[in-house]
Amino acid sequence: MVSASPAAVPNEFEYLLRLGDDRLVLGHRLSEWCGHAPILEEDIALANIALDLIGQANLLLGLAARIERKGRDADALAYLRDAIDYRNALLVEMPKGDFAVTIVRQLLYSVFALLQAEALQRSTDADVAGIAAKAVKELRYHVRHSADWVLKLGGGTTESRARAQRAVDDLWPYTGELFLADDVDRAVAQTGIGVDPSPLESSWQSTVRDVLGRAGLTIPDSAYMQRGGRQGRHTEHLGHMLAEMQIVARSHPGASW
Amino acid sequence: MSAAAATREEIFEILDEVKDPEVPVLSVVELGIVRDARVEDDEVTVTITPTYSGCPAMRVIEEDIRAALVAHGFAAVNVETVYAPAWTTDWLSAEAKQKLEAYGITPPGPATRQSLVSLTRAPSVAERIRCPYCHSLETTLRSEFGSTACKAIAYCSGCKQPFEVFKAI
Repeated sequence: MVSASPAAVPNEFEYLLRLGDDRLVLGHRLSEWCGHAPILEEDIALANIALDLIGQANLLLGLAARIERKGRDADALAYLRDAIDYRNALLVEMPKGDFAVTIVRQLLYSVFALLQAEALQRSTDADVAGIAAKAVKELRYHVRHSADWVLKLGGGTTESRARAQRAVDDLWPYTGELFLADDVDRAVAQTGIGVDPSPLESSWQSTVRDVLGRAGLTIPDSAYMQRGGRQGRHTEHLGHMLAEMQIVARSHPGASW
Repeated sequence: MSAAAATREEIFEILDEVKDPEVPVLSVVELGIVRDARVEDDEVTVTITPTYSGCPAMRVIEEDIRAALVAHGFAAVNVETVYAPAWTTDWLSAEAKQKLEAYGITPPGPATRQSLVSLTRAPSVAERIRCPYCHSLETTLRSEFGSTACKAIAYCSGCKQPFEVFKAI
C-alpha cells in the first residue's frame, strides 16, 4: 500500500515512472505494427503484447500518480508530459524498424523485464508486488514469442539472417542502460520497494546470448553503451513518437468517450 | 431482496448471471474474476481482479456487475479491483472447462511454467492441444496470441479447422 514517507516520494515516483514509461513507450512502438505486420498471426501477436505492456504501464503510472499526490492520473502522466519528463530507457524508443528490429528488441527488453518483474514480486509495496506477479505471467509469453522468432529469423533465409544480425548490431549499444543503477535505483532498493537493476545483468546476458547463439547471430565487440533515457535525455525519436501518441488528448483536453 | 439481508452467496448467485463479454459462455464468477463480495448496511462491495493487465473488457465487466446488482435492488454498489493474487486459469472449474470446449474453445491445461524457448523441442503427447470440434490431437499451435488476450490460435489437421485455445496462465 502507499505509505511512503514524504522524503521517499520523489525516488519512488521516479522509479515507477521508469517502470511505467518503458512499457508505455514500447507498447506504443508495437502498436505501430497494427495492420502492418508481415502475417495476420503476427499482427495479432504484436497488438496483444502491446496491450499487455500498455496495461502494465497504466497500473504502474496510476500508482506513480497516487504516490505523487498532485492530482494527476495515469492518463495525465501518459499524455501530458514532454519527452524530457519521460524516464524510459533509450532502447524502447528506437523506431520500430523492420520486423527483425522489432523482434530482436522484444527479446532484449522482454528478458530484462521478466527478470525485473520476477524480482519485483518481492517488493515491500503490495501494489508493486501484485502488478509484478501479474506481469511475470504475461512477460514469459513475450519472451517465448520473441525467442522463437529470433531462432526463425537467424536460421531462416540469407535475407532474414542479415536483417536480424543488423538489428542486433544496431540495438546492442542501447542494452547497457537497462542495468545502470543510479541514486534512484539504490534508494528504492534500500527501502525494498524497487530492485537495483545491475545484478540482473548476468542472468540477462546468459539467456540472451544463449538464444542469439542458437540463432547463429553474433554480438558486437564494441563495449560502448548509450545512456540518458532514465534521466530524461532522449533521442529525437521519442519526441516524434509522443507527438503522434499525445495529439488527440492534447487537442481535446478533458474529452471523454 | 433487501440489500441488508443479502449474503455473500446470494451476491455470487446474481453475479453468476453476468457473462464475460468476450467469452459469453462463462460468467465472471466461473472465470474467477469475482474474488469477493461483502454487504455492509445498504452497500455492496464486489472485489474483482483482471485476467490480463491490459484486458479491455474490464470496464464493461465492472459496468455489467453494477447493472446486475442494481437490477436486483441494490442501490449502492462499489466495484474494487485487486491485483494479488494474480489471476490464473487454474481457478476455472472442470465444469467451466467443459463449457468452454462445448463452445468451441479448447480449455486451458495446468498453468505450469513452460520453457522460455519452445521451438527447440516438440510438444509431448500431454502437451498436445485437443481440437474442440473433432477431438483430434493432430493439431498445431499457430500463435500463442489470438483474438483476445486470453486465447491462442491453433489448427486441426483432422478436421482442417482453425480453432481457439484458452491460454494457461
